Amino acid sequence: MKVAMLGATSGMGRAIAQRLAARGESLFLLGAHEDLLAKSAADLKARHPQQRDCRYAQCDLEHPEQFAAALDAADRALHQFDCVIVTAGMFATQAALEADIELTRRLLTVNFANTIVFCEHVRKRLLARGGGRLVVFSSVAGDRGRKPVALYGPSKAGLATYLEAIDHKFHAEGLSVLCVKPGFVKTSMTAGLKVPPFAGEPGAVADQVIGAIDRRRAVVYAPPIWRLIMFIIRQLPRAIMRRIGI
Amino acid sequence: MPEPKQIEEPMLSGWGRLPVEGSEQISEDLEKITRGAVLTRGLGRSYGDSSLPASPNDSVACSRLANRILSFDEKTGVLRAEAGLSLADLLAVFMPRGWFPPVTPGTKFVTLGGMVASDVHGKNHHREGCFGAHVRSLRVRLADGSIVECSRADHSDLFYGTMGGMGLLGHILEVEFTMQPIPSSWIVMESERVANIDEFLSALSQSAPTWPMTMGWIDCLSSGRAMGRGILMAGRWAEPSEAPPAMPKAPHPHTMPVDLPNWAINGATTRLFNTAYYWRHLRRRAHTVLAPDPFFYPLDAILQWNRVYGSRGFTQYQCVLPREAGPEAVREFMARLTKLGGASPLCVIKDCGAEGRGTLSFPMEGTSIAVDMAVSPQIQRIVDNLNEFVIAAGGRIYLTKDRFTTAAHFRAMEPRLDAFQALREKWDPGRRLKSAQSVRIFGDRE
Repeated sequence: MKVAMLGATSGMGRAIAQRLAARGESLFLLGAHEDLLAKSAADLKARHPQQRDCRYAQCDLEHPEQFAAALDAADRALHQFDCVIVTAGMFATQAALEADIELTRRLLTVNFANTIVFCEHVRKRLLARGGGRLVVFSSVAGDRGRKPVALYGPSKAGLATYLEAIDHKFHAEGLSVLCVKPGFVKTSMTAGLKVPPFAGEPGAVADQVIGAIDRRRAVVYAPPIWRLIMFIIRQLPRAIMRRIGI
Repeated sequence: MPEPKQIEEPMLSGWGRLPVEGSEQISEDLEKITRGAVLTRGLGRSYGDSSLPASPNDSVACSRLANRILSFDEKTGVLRAEAGLSLADLLAVFMPRGWFPPVTPGTKFVTLGGMVASDVHGKNHHREGCFGAHVRSLRVRLADGSIVECSRADHSDLFYGTMGGMGLLGHILEVEFTMQPIPSSWIVMESERVANIDEFLSALSQSAPTWPMTMGWIDCLSSGRAMGRGILMAGRWAEPSEAPPAMPKAPHPHTMPVDLPNWAINGATTRLFNTAYYWRHLRRRAHTVLAPDPFFYPLDAILQWNRVYGSRGFTQYQCVLPREAGPEAVREFMARLTKLGGASPLCVIKDCGAEGRGTLSFPMEGTSIAVDMAVSPQIQRIVDNLNEFVIAAGGRIYLTKDRFTTAAHFRAMEPRLDAFQALREKWDPGRRLKSAQSVRIFGDRE
């Protein structure tokens, strides 16, 4: 595979990049911070000598004007990517979002509007070359309107709906879409939050996601137990959801 | 992009437990979280309070996720990596490629930054010195926020001060050092049952010229003529002809699932363990080929083994007694240790080579003794008592293990303290960088 990754400098994206590099896939890194991209590319090369040349370009989800140029750079380096993985996104606690309307605006813009705009750039390129894979991280937070993720959740719900829709619309044309719905995973993004039961490790999630890419799945919950947890939560009546804190 | 946030868990602790109120910031972007932080910690494996904040409001950065390998030269072995790279990670990547770090402490769950800040030593100290002796260059964030690269040629005072400087001169961001090629991924070990402390000291010095790695386990409860009996272990890398053809299997560590009750490690159980461990070595001398993990990191086989001491926590007393003080000093130290009690199954002896260049680096030519001790109401008295002996003998203690040494005792045993404080005055005149330990021992403001 020739994979362009947005968000491979940290957390689950980084774990996926390490595994893909170990498998000998060609990688191109996209991210907001040039210094972290440079270090991450160097790290992939040092750990996986077969990964001779891992290049990168700046691509910040807060700056949609960078998307086209960044994807052009990825295309040039990889001689046309056939897979794009988006792990980047923004997170803030419900308390922080409620206290800061500007932060709310930013988060909704990054996770929903800008991520979809980025995916649209990718979709057009992949379809033009006969198809490919688009792997995007949504979240279990989008599966039901819940108190602790009342603002973050909808941003991921909207993204998941988009991913489902383009899967329906373009699957026949060769676009393979994977929507990843992580539950709580212990990364720097969730550092500082109380670790709930069934929390996952980035490495295990990465293995699962790569398995799902290989098997061309459309949706994957990670860790898998979250599929069951969210199934139950979706069945709870509104009267109960109003009372409990989950 | 996600912002690192405060850990909600309000407690931090070192390996010896005894948590304090405080929190750490963790991110892949170490340069970001060290800005304004008073201290950087790695995996929190120092036993005492070296990696703990002096006050709950202090911002402590955690380097654990900043663990990228930035470059590696297959010809020279020179490796540069971020400070959060763990030894375990490094070994997993480089042992199969025939490289090993030049110096390793007794656990692989430490970061490069921690190895520099503690200027760690290992079983090969008599040959290779401390880790710092193999470091070529460091990238450091100073207290004023600026970032400098230091080495033997540039800002050498900062370079040597940072080795063993407990993170108090600056936040270590990147470390460049030279890895060593290894002939195989296996160790040849010769172990020998030793009847008492005098025999031990002569066996250590006899092994030193022929064996690149030596250390000994001591039954610190034995007394009288058997005082200081134990097992001497000497090792070297196996030549390809001696080594099994396959790589060693990746270790599958067990995890200590619960805290044992506080009484679990007591005089009787320790005596039982020590006697069994000593006589398990039935033959007087044994020759084995084994994997590096059980040789270098026997305790890493059980994750969270610190829970065996229970919730009371524990500390390690590690000192070095100078060669000039002679074997009598070691013998007397062991006698004192046995008499004071409080000792545990873990007591390790090692002969150290020459003092390194790190301003506050621990080892000096002589004999190092390390012993774990459960925390008890007597612990302060025991540590004070041992420290008085060490001061009189001209030795010193290892800050990385320490939680109970008093400022006065440290000053008395550390003639280099003024030089170190002068470095702090130069590089951090406002004393922004501090730890619970620096408040306790160096008298920093809380």
